[in-house]
Amino acid sequence: MKKILKKTKVGTGVWEYEIEAPLIAESNKPGQFIILRLHEKGERIPLTIADASVEKGTITIAAQSAGKTTTELNDKYGEEDYIHDLAGPLGNPSEIENYGNVVTIGGGVGIALIYPIAKALKEAGNHVTSIVGAQSAEKLFYEDKIGGVSDELIITTDDGSVGRKGFTSDAFEDVLNERTIHKSWAIGPVIMMKVCSEVASKYDTELIVSLNTIMVDGTGMCGGCRVEVGDKAKFACINGPEFKADRVDFDVLLQRNQTYVEEEKCALDRYLEEE
Amino acid sequence: MDIKEDQIPMREQDPGERRKNFKEVPLGYSKEEAIEEANRCLQCDPAPCITGCPVEINIPEFIRHIREEDFQGAIDTIKETNNLPAVTGRVCPQEEQCQEKCVMGRKWDPIAIGRLERFAAEWERDQGAETPKVEKSTEGKVAIVGSGPSGLTAASDLKKMGYEVTVFEQFHQPGGVLVYGIPEFRLPNDIVDGEVETLETMGVEVERNTVVGRLFTVDDLLEGNKVDEYDAVFLGTGAGLPWFLGLPGENLNGIYSANEFLTRVNLMKAFKFPEYDTPVKVGKRVATIGGGNVAMDSARTALRLGAEKSMIIYRRSEEQMPARDEEIEHAKQEGIEFHLLRNPKRFIGDDGQVKKVEVVKMELGEPDSSGRPRPIPIEGSEYEIPADDVIMAIGTSPHPLVPRTTSGLETNDRGTINADENGRTTKRGVWAGGDIVTGAATVIKAMGAGKTAAKDIDRWLANGKGWRSDLDEDREDE
Repeated sequence: MKKILKKTKVGTGVWEYEIEAPLIAESNKPGQFIILRLHEKGERIPLTIADASVEKGTITIAAQSAGKTTTELNDKYGEEDYIHDLAGPLGNPSEIENYGNVVTIGGGVGIALIYPIAKALKEAGNHVTSIVGAQSAEKLFYEDKIGGVSDELIITTDDGSVGRKGFTSDAFEDVLNERTIHKSWAIGPVIMMKVCSEVASKYDTELIVSLNTIMVDGTGMCGGCRVEVGDKAKFACINGPEFKADRVDFDVLLQRNQTYVEEEKCALDRYLEEE
Repeated sequence: MDIKEDQIPMREQDPGERRKNFKEVPLGYSKEEAIEEANRCLQCDPAPCITGCPVEINIPEFIRHIREEDFQGAIDTIKETNNLPAVTGRVCPQEEQCQEKCVMGRKWDPIAIGRLERFAAEWERDQGAETPKVEKSTEGKVAIVGSGPSGLTAASDLKKMGYEVTVFEQFHQPGGVLVYGIPEFRLPNDIVDGEVETLETMGVEVERNTVVGRLFTVDDLLEGNKVDEYDAVFLGTGAGLPWFLGLPGENLNGIYSANEFLTRVNLMKAFKFPEYDTPVKVGKRVATIGGGNVAMDSARTALRLGAEKSMIIYRRSEEQMPARDEEIEHAKQEGIEFHLLRNPKRFIGDDGQVKKVEVVKMELGEPDSSGRPRPIPIEGSEYEIPADDVIMAIGTSPHPLVPRTTSGLETNDRGTINADENGRTTKRGVWAGGDIVTGAATVIKAMGAGKTAAKDIDRWLANGKGWRSDLDEDREDE
């Protein structure tokens, strides 16, 4: 059982939770994730660790209402409530070094994961340019937080309601046009990562993506998270979740993430009806 | 003497009925049936059956107790060497262990030792088994990593010796393969839950959701870094990494590892979706690749989830199947189709979803390194089998997370941890046992390894903790 100490709304349908988990806070490194199960009948879902404080003994996760579990978490779980099961940190940490000029790109709920990576890269001495993108202004979150750990912040929205109108990949291309970038990260919807990967290939610069896949145990046992990387099947949980973008087959990832679309909808509809 | 040639059969759920539910298939012996079966035993001395048992249960003695209607005596005898008889009575391959050595079996049916063991365990459960009292307190703290059969056994033995014992389990529910792998219809999860509860009542701490190797390491446990300091660590982390064949189309939707498929159903209760949140998808035709117990479990689970046709595809013939005879028999009774001497070559999909398995016919050649005849593809014999789902049940590797994150722990090229006959590894204060040492094997062998290691840990803690493993002659002597 893990206790929620603080719950904050950070964007439309996006909530941030500060959870008491001193050991995870101590062991966690940027790029890692947790798996939680809300209650006895719940599903195990992976969520990225957006922040951790060793002093407070807490980790921070952000959840966007999408499927049944995230919707239920955001609707029903508040401060002082307990999450039945929470295991982590899982996955390999990001490789943080002083590379020189780096770009970190976050889209949708992927913005939450960009924050600890940008922060660590900044602390390692990099010049950090962060690009955060959302459909519209109200869906955007963490922009100030990320701005605070970046040398430069670019905001994009699909509708132009704040920042530049367009996609993160457009802004990425502009940055690559301007100066030499030594390494970049892109985390967000698969399609965003795919397009960013195409941009990076065009400019022959290294891009890392973090893959959010179907997952049950998160420790290498189910193989549900397998993705094609460099024509080989890799498990996102133990070989990743970060991979070099130019080696990832994003179409296979898109296809595999569709496996339970009907069931996910059924579970969400049933939940919403009951409420 | 009047010899009863045949075993007393065990009543089972009707195949037509049970293929629609997850309830247990064999229903157990009644008192009368158990006594009648026990009466068949010749009470050999010395008893060859004992030599067939990896934990050397005194089989004739427990059977004699059943015969005399002293069921408490029977369960006590079993529990002298076997902590989990309700589990092993159900899942042990008795036909190739104790029962294979049974003198009766040379001419007639061997004694149904497994069924009698199960009867004794059920009897105890119905009485409301007393939790073993741990009055002794011995100085020493032991950490057990993994709560499968080897870890549960080691934990229980060490607790009874009086040590402080903590079990670390990565899942939310302890039991390892007993709860995520073996289906309810073969081993109900509440039996395992009951065993874990007993351990906790005895004073064993069970830490769930604890991924050793990520949250902290084995080195941390020995050094007291981040967590309490432990004198000894037992690793029972199992063989949890599923194999795939690396064939074209293997990442199509609808292709599962048996681990994923069974974990969704057994641990996450996907058979109760949407009451439970975890889904599993099963189409009309399901093909399971492999010929072991896990393949039988998968094919039979698919049937219970509503598959109209559930098939086993195996590259050798039935004779070489590693699955227990009983499991093969049960699968056949339930209508599982066996496609033998067939090997998959590729998976063919439509719009990302698997639709067919292309197989090639095989013939058997000379024995290979496993001693079984090598399957050889027959050129040009390829054809397609329609399948909406495919379950890969072709084996698993040792879980790499703990070996990879522990300093000074030697593994071999199969990924298993090197350990001597007492379970001592190359790292001081660290023991290992079960599938992480042997590669995927049986529940009872893992339990045996947990027992052996517990004894050796006790010896070591009592004798001043000098370290010498047979693996390393140069290490300091005890």
